[in-house]
Amino acid sequence: MKYIDEFRDGEVARGLAEAIRGEANPARDYHFMEFCGGHTHAISRYGVADLLPANVRMIHGPGCPVCVLPIGRVDQAIRLALEEGVTLCTYGDCLRVPASDGLSLIKAKARGGDIRMVYSSADAVALAERNPDRQVVFFAIGFETTTPPTAVAIRQAAALGLKNFSVLCCHVLTPSAISSILESPEVRRWGTVPLDGFIGPAHVSTIIGSRPYEFFAEEYRKPVVIAGFEPLDVMLAIRMLIRQVNEGRAVVENEFSRAVDRDGNLKAQQLVAEVFEMRKNFEWRGLNILPYSALRIRSQFAEFDAEKRFPLDYRSVPDHKACECGAILRGVKRPQDCKIFGTVCTPENPVGSCMVSSEGACAAHYTYGRYKDV
Amino acid sequence: MSETRKNYARPLDLRHGRIDMAHGAGGRAMAQLIEELFAKHLGNDYLAQGDDGALLPATGDGRLVMATDSHVVSPLFFPGGDIGCLSVHGTINDVAVMGATPLYLSAAFIVEEGFKISDLVLIVQSMATAAKAAGVPIVTGDTKVVERGKGDGVFITTTGVGVVAPGQAWSGRHARPGDVILVSGTLGDHGMAIMAVRESLGFESPIVSDTAALHGLIAAMRSSGADIHVLRDPTRGGLATTLNEIARQSAVGMMLQEKALPVKPAVNAACEFLGLDPLYVANEGKLVAICAERDAEKLLAAMRAHPQGADAAIVGSVHEDEHHFVQMTTGFGGRRIVDWLSGEQLPRIC
Repeated sequence: MKYIDEFRDGEVARGLAEAIRGEANPARDYHFMEFCGGHTHAISRYGVADLLPANVRMIHGPGCPVCVLPIGRVDQAIRLALEEGVTLCTYGDCLRVPASDGLSLIKAKARGGDIRMVYSSADAVALAERNPDRQVVFFAIGFETTTPPTAVAIRQAAALGLKNFSVLCCHVLTPSAISSILESPEVRRWGTVPLDGFIGPAHVSTIIGSRPYEFFAEEYRKPVVIAGFEPLDVMLAIRMLIRQVNEGRAVVENEFSRAVDRDGNLKAQQLVAEVFEMRKNFEWRGLNILPYSALRIRSQFAEFDAEKRFPLDYRSVPDHKACECGAILRGVKRPQDCKIFGTVCTPENPVGSCMVSSEGACAAHYTYGRYKDV
Repeated sequence: MSETRKNYARPLDLRHGRIDMAHGAGGRAMAQLIEELFAKHLGNDYLAQGDDGALLPATGDGRLVMATDSHVVSPLFFPGGDIGCLSVHGTINDVAVMGATPLYLSAAFIVEEGFKISDLVLIVQSMATAAKAAGVPIVTGDTKVVERGKGDGVFITTTGVGVVAPGQAWSGRHARPGDVILVSGTLGDHGMAIMAVRESLGFESPIVSDTAALHGLIAAMRSSGADIHVLRDPTRGGLATTLNEIARQSAVGMMLQEKALPVKPAVNAACEFLGLDPLYVANEGKLVAICAERDAEKLLAAMRAHPQGADAAIVGSVHEDEHHFVQMTTGFGGRRIVDWLSGEQLPRIC
């Protein structure tokens, strides 16, 4: 595949691995967090870790949309389907996130809920258009990348005058999650999570640009390299981070210059600002309640807000006692440190959300890397 | 970490559980349903063989093979085929990969009230053409009609019977360390052809299903004289799931070479686009063969000499591994597990 195979070239990878080995200072360790689940997946799927020297370690971050979705939000979606009788649409992975009472959306579907997987928010709007006598709710999740399409869907529904379409908005913001990690006592006070830099997600930056990360680089003295999702992108970003650390620099660099610039996609930003506003508080799985970390629908579009249309009070639900997803999402623990990893909690029966999406740290390790544990 | 080696640690919830779509996806959830429910209650020596068909005793020194398969594909008509020819090919292949010459088929139809007779005509004509081309007649059948809304157009179940020559024994239990793994052609064509025409996707692609009866190719492979240990058609769950089944049945490990896997560029691109892995996408006209190392080149040549095996390739090898892992050396130079299909293969979100 043109423009893809070039970024998965084994020869180039070996050369780059050699260069990383040459530049990494053997007298110290490097700990980098790949924020995004897309990077976690690429690292696991292509075996990138095998090519890195032992003193360069990758910590899996919380940037997987379904992993940070709290149980209470999935419960709301299930209630909409089972109690309010709506047609609930959402993206694929979301169907398997474990919720209360042993349910998930896929199990709620088996219990008679009208739950559909869609590939795009536009499909949910089309479904509402075709079925005027059904209430259709789009369960909108994800970071900045998936937010503009939801904004488009709401504007489209408004333009069509749809009375049977609404959105359960759970869109969250990348920079808030990064600051929560940097502010966590494990990183800031105790230093139990050594963190020398971040790999930032390129697709998020195609929307928001690289500018929002400049604050972290400056304030916390942590280098950030925005990188694409092909394995060579990740390796190049690691090399750029090592260089910054070695030279004592902490700035935002852009590995993904083929699509990202400093300002991002202004049109998309404008669209998002028109439809959404900041939520004061939002609960994240594993990171707790973070201020100004998520979006809600502006009052101007209130008729498309499922939280206003249906009686949906939010109830926070604690994680399973043995589940370490919270600590794993903060980089404090690794999947294999969790007692129920691979025993009680497997991709077939996920207990925690990190085992759900192929981008979750636990699922990625279980699916691609668990041969290393035996 | 010894517990992680179990294929699934949580037993099926027989009291409160409900069937969900993953139980039919061909992956680990389905294997668990079969093992903990069907095999538990229906178990016998033949069922315990665990292959796609059962090898049965017959009078004289020959043996019978019997296999059955239900077809519920949606949409019913897709590029390269339809549910009719698919239901003939699928069962013929399940009989043939057991090393048998397929002889007869049965066909049972469950048709939904309101289904267009003209569509049923097309489907039955397609079955007739496929059966005739394969030389395997449909000799008995059954027809049921269910109320509107109780079935998705038409479901077809076919059962096939064949005979195995004396002395021959191909089974998923016979892979040995040192053996070589071959595939007969490009992977994922059928599954992606179906995905491309599913209503919700709407992308155009030149991909057509590979649905085909493989007993001709298999006969050519048999007459090459190569020492074949295992033959199987990697349908639902794709090559990855089929190899995991064999690894478990034979209690071995496997190592694939990513660069050696034949995948059409269009299939690769469509998978990339949807976040799918061709290793898990269904095939309906491909087979995977495991043979003794010394015969691998001979078998490969025999496969390539047949039109259905023109793109055949050696893709990996079998080794000892008490954990029965299927692994792969990635084109990138790393190593990873090629696990069972987990749940349905759903596109990633972003």
